[in-house]
Amino acid sequence: MYKSKINITIRKTILDPQGKAVEHSLKSLGYEKIIDTRIGKYIELIIDVKSEDEAEKISKEACEKLLANSVMEDFTIHVEEVK
Amino acid sequence: MGAAKVGVVVFPGSNCDHDAYNVFKNVLNTDTKFLWHKDGSIGDRNIIILPGGFSYGDYLRCGAISKFSNIMKDVISFANKGGIVIGICNGFQVLCEAGLLPGALMRNKNLKFICKTVTLKVENNKSIFTGEYKIKEEINIPIAHGEGNYFCDDETLTSLIGKNQILFTYTDNPNGSINNIAGIQNANRNVLGLMPHPERASEEITGNTDGRRLFESVIESVL
Repeated sequence: MYKSKINITIRKTILDPQGKAVEHSLKSLGYEKIIDTRIGKYIELIIDVKSEDEAEKISKEACEKLLANSVMEDFTIHVEEVK
Repeated sequence: MGAAKVGVVVFPGSNCDHDAYNVFKNVLNTDTKFLWHKDGSIGDRNIIILPGGFSYGDYLRCGAISKFSNIMKDVISFANKGGIVIGICNGFQVLCEAGLLPGALMRNKNLKFICKTVTLKVENNKSIFTGEYKIKEEINIPIAHGEGNYFCDDETLTSLIGKNQILFTYTDNPNGSINNIAGIQNANRNVLGLMPHPERASEEITGNTDGRRLFESVIESVL
């Protein structure tokens, strides 16, 4: 069995107004070193397959079909084995 | 007006379905039925309305889950065969997610849910949705959305402009939409998506009737 950890963020080229609002708030708290903030979604899938490759493949398909919208979002997938 | 047979899709979480139904049925005296999201077919309907609301709780992304509902399979195949489909607000989001319209609706630029009447400009009156309006006419229609910030890449925008697919723009952009876009049609000119709510502006009792001509245009087109 594998756990797939998926991060979805608004594309780098698109303004993320939520991230900007939080960034301003962080700046006002004195965190001058934080120069960019982007907010996204985190999704975990438990996938009952035999290999990491298969888990990756299913995760990628799920992102393309449903979990992310390719018009405005990017995603990253990290798969690890779970006992 | 006997030829129009309107179907208003009801998703779990739709909340403007009755408004749309009321305008077609009672204001425009049209044969109108609700279509439940679990239905497998749109039956004999020749105009499909995807109403406003929060289908499937807006979970994941607005409209993302709705596109896989049972009724949408038939709506998509109907649209691909040239059938008339109008998505209002959440319905517009569903149409973009389903790939029937290009682009996507993102969070409003100011992060706020905006509920007010705005002024739209009719950019193209040569469509089946806007035939009853004058070109460049300004109309007042209410909006009520948190995710109405229309976005598409440059290539898509060029194509939207080139093919006269932009039907309505905001005169004072409320949500950050690219090129002030409020409503677009597909390249085949049979699918319309718009964020504003013309069904809330179709009777004197709701304050103005600027939205009614959109529905009259589309009914006229199927006669």
